Amino acid sequence: MARGGFMQRMGGVRGLAAQGALVLGLVLLAVWLNHNAGTNIAARGIATGYDFMGREAGFNIDQHLVDYEPTDTYTRVFLVGALNTILVAVMGIVTSTIIGLTAGVMRVSKNYLGRLLATTYVEIARNTPLPVQILVWYNLALLAPPPRTAWGADGLFFLTNRGVYLPQFNLNGLADFAIWGGIAAIVAGLFLSSHFRKQRTEHGTGASPNWGWAFAIGGFVLAYLLTGNPTGIDVPHKSGFGFTGGFTMSPALMALWAALSFYTGSFIAEIVRGGLQAVAKGQGEAARAVGLNDAQALRLVILPQAMRVIVPPLASQYLNLTKNSSLAVIIGYPDLVAVFAGTSLNQTGQAIETLALVMLFYLACSLSVSAFMNWYNARSAVWAVSR
Amino acid sequence: MSAARPAPTTTAWQWARLNLFGSIADSVLTVVAAVLFAWFVWNAFDWAILRADWFGETKEACKSGGACWAMITARWQQVVAGYYPEAHLWRVALAMVCLAIAVLPVIKRDMPAWAALLAPAGVIASIAVLGGANILPSVPTDYWGGIMLNVLVGLTGAIFALPIGILLAFGRRSDLPIIKGFSIGFIEIVRGVPLITLLFMSSVVLPLFLPTGMNLDKLMRALAVVTLFSSAYMAEAVRGGLAAVPKGQREASHSLGLGLLQTTGLVVLPQAIRISIPAIVNTFIGLFKDTSLLYVIAILEVTGVIRQALSDFAWLGLENEGYVFVAFVFWVACFSMSRWSASLEQQSGKTVKRVEEPA
Repeated sequence: MARGGFMQRMGGVRGLAAQGALVLGLVLLAVWLNHNAGTNIAARGIATGYDFMGREAGFNIDQHLVDYEPTDTYTRVFLVGALNTILVAVMGIVTSTIIGLTAGVMRVSKNYLGRLLATTYVEIARNTPLPVQILVWYNLALLAPPPRTAWGADGLFFLTNRGVYLPQFNLNGLADFAIWGGIAAIVAGLFLSSHFRKQRTEHGTGASPNWGWAFAIGGFVLAYLLTGNPTGIDVPHKSGFGFTGGFTMSPALMALWAALSFYTGSFIAEIVRGGLQAVAKGQGEAARAVGLNDAQALRLVILPQAMRVIVPPLASQYLNLTKNSSLAVIIGYPDLVAVFAGTSLNQTGQAIETLALVMLFYLACSLSVSAFMNWYNARSAVWAVSR
Repeated sequence: MSAARPAPTTTAWQWARLNLFGSIADSVLTVVAAVLFAWFVWNAFDWAILRADWFGETKEACKSGGACWAMITARWQQVVAGYYPEAHLWRVALAMVCLAIAVLPVIKRDMPAWAALLAPAGVIASIAVLGGANILPSVPTDYWGGIMLNVLVGLTGAIFALPIGILLAFGRRSDLPIIKGFSIGFIEIVRGVPLITLLFMSSVVLPLFLPTGMNLDKLMRALAVVTLFSSAYMAEAVRGGLAAVPKGQREASHSLGLGLLQTTGLVVLPQAIRISIPAIVNTFIGLFKDTSLLYVIAILEVTGVIRQALSDFAWLGLENEGYVFVAFVFWVACFSMSRWSASLEQQSGKTVKRVEEPA
């Protein structure tokens, strides 16, 4: 569209009038709501503003990935909750992808029973509500034996109705340097790898892209060794009625993780199936004809082409999983919604501020996923193969 | 032309060779899958049907070791309608009839255009029948509940969300920058946050924004929020349909002398809606499943009723039965709707992947 004057861009007189009406309506609505809120908040004696973020929270949170004491501030509570949300989201994304990929490939497999099994799973998982699934998994997690008769092996892991006890890596000494050095090595390695690949594609010569990967791994190991092995391992031991050491995964986390993986896995399976079916049949047949076996054909020919169809909806499934992790509140896993839109809201009474912050967090996640999708679509459009 | 080649006949053995025992790995998978499947189906059948107890006053009545469905049968009335007064249960039935009429224009596709008005009319009528509307004795929404409430909230949300969603979808495709910006902003913000935060908003923030003295009922506030929430998803469903209407349709309509409003209302929209019905149904399935969240803000839909039963001493420890029952109710509804939606897709020849659902 040619860029005309202001009037033209605004769609002429009619367009300007319609948009003016919308703006006026929104402004009037905002003024009205603001007036109501002002009166109501004053009448109920609720504080306003974000001063509460600096005040002491005063309640305990069972699971915290960073140090947390009840004497810490609400800002710290927000951080702890956000990290717990991210933890369960990342765990869920990994396992739901594995489940979804397996079930998706099984749904198009040549084996009838494999198809039947995968179809049954998909139709059960995506046609029942996630809250109910979470409650079912939580109930299952509580059926594990009590600590006294725990399943497991001393020094390795224990499975009980109070949670799963696992070995934990401890960071000490120069760990920070090792981590940052390792990250720097990996980033540099990835750049090298993509640089080599580009050279090969454009000039047909040059080093193998694998050297980039070797650099990344080598650099990581070197950073680890140079800083003098800064990790220790902390294993769980039975002691008296409970356990000491290791990392405890609460039943709520287990249940939420299982439910999110199981539920989202079914949607991912359908995306994977759609992606595989979108690849022209001749591609698979041609791959077989040049001598690749079934697994190679899938990995080297079909999946790379299917990925273009798979990735955009997959990204929005990951986003859905992250949003759905907010259902943690029904079984008491301390995610962002539970600790901030739940406990903190109740204690401070500042519903508008706490909810706004929580929503902003999810919006930020969603915007970054959209940004990634735009980048991916632009990138994959370059080598899009027409069918 | 020569006669068509007869379809190749495959014997059961050939079929099994191809579909079950194609290779060694396949054969192993087949055996493992068959054992797993048989084990699972048999155990489920044995527990849920063969060894189940169906009636009784407390869990003591369940002695055979299988599922104890007595909890569901004993509380049947609450499961269906919550604490709606027994003498007025006929109103629940009548409300369900109204809702059935409301979805008629979606199911029967050869109805005249005015039939679309049946949808909002049916929903309003059902709420009026349930609430009393100053004609029948009033029944406050605190007494509404059970599966009836899931259906009511799901359908109300979807039906009122659709027109808003259509407007938003047009807004998003519009050339007018402010309208377009507003539509995109609304859709993306609503789709970017979890429903539960919006439900919390309906229960704690919304009352703050209403004029002092105006007490909107808890259920009505939730309905308003659910409607706005699903309108963003409906907008995306309709947008797909709008994009699928060929440009020539619009041009042909203009050349016949129809104006912008007539072209949109008589030519573009009917086709777009028809194309997007499967996507709309899929959005509805997601919304219907989401109604199970309402118990978090103390609205007694079926999950809430079951959780209340589970906290009753008489039925303590029957979580398996309770949750399996709720899951089964939703499964029957959602599975049949998804089959129906898939058959609509096949009729229209367009595939709408059921991968985007409200979350």
